[in-house]
Amino acid sequence: MKARVHVMLKDGVLDPQGEAVRHALGTLGFSGVTAVRQGKVIDLDLAATDRAAAEAEVKAMCEKLLANTVIEKYTVEIS
Amino acid sequence: MKAAVITFPGSNCDRDMAVAFERAGADVARVWHKDTALPAGVDVVAIPGGFSFGDYLRCGAIAARSPIGAAVIDHARRGGYVLGVCNGFQVLTEMGLLPGALMRNAGLKFVCKRVDLRVATTDSAYTSGYGLGEVISVPVAHHDGNYTVDAETLARLQGEDRVAFTYMDNPNGAMGDIAGVLSENRRVLGMMPHPERVVDAAHGGTDGARLFAGLIGGLALA
Repeated sequence: MKARVHVMLKDGVLDPQGEAVRHALGTLGFSGVTAVRQGKVIDLDLAATDRAAAEAEVKAMCEKLLANTVIEKYTVEIS
Repeated sequence: MKAAVITFPGSNCDRDMAVAFERAGADVARVWHKDTALPAGVDVVAIPGGFSFGDYLRCGAIAARSPIGAAVIDHARRGGYVLGVCNGFQVLTEMGLLPGALMRNAGLKFVCKRVDLRVATTDSAYTSGYGLGEVISVPVAHHDGNYTVDAETLARLQGEDRVAFTYMDNPNGAMGDIAGVLSENRRVLGMMPHPERVVDAAHGGTDGARLFAGLIGGLALA
């Protein structure tokens, strides 16, 4: 199975990099961008064959390593 | 007094840290990240600055989960002293030994310069050698030193007198101008500035020496 993890800063945590990207877009003439948030996508190939078990395992990976839940939130997609 | 200095792939302040402890009179053991135990009788563990594991994933994230990481967490949970400087501070937050996180500098630039710090508490072995409110000069060199914590925890840190140092002129956007914080038992200190880089007159300053002397003096009395 494959898993895709999206890691984003929590709402309310200031994202200096997203803000810099928004500013650069404005410089390029894209004036309609009101906010940019930057995150990570992590793709995993899994040996697991059970969807629920895979999802539970990837969530554990997020809690232990892939996301820093002090400042980040995550979502898991299994396919 | 025995100190252990951990080296990860990408650590680059480990030797300076070891020398600072030796200068202050400690026996120093150098410990490799793949070791699973600290040497017997270690009083203080130091996690040095650098770019452990290339800052992959998040600064300090991989180092915090390395084999020696579990031993460092055990040491702290047993009441042992742990000093984390720069990348070491990032590692301590990733281990959960200190609250908050170090985010990208608000100005997005790597900041490498001497900064003035205010000693915000003298109630710790690390800061007992300074005067309360004293201003000291210590170098910073980091890209991710923007200390971020939720409002409730920030209020708790300030209320419990756990902010060790604040910036006089905030170089990175850190909340509350925080440059260093203490754990609840005041034995774990994480700080972005590098005290080990100002322990000899030839460094251009010696304001960091009292941190190591105070720590070792405090432990000798205990």
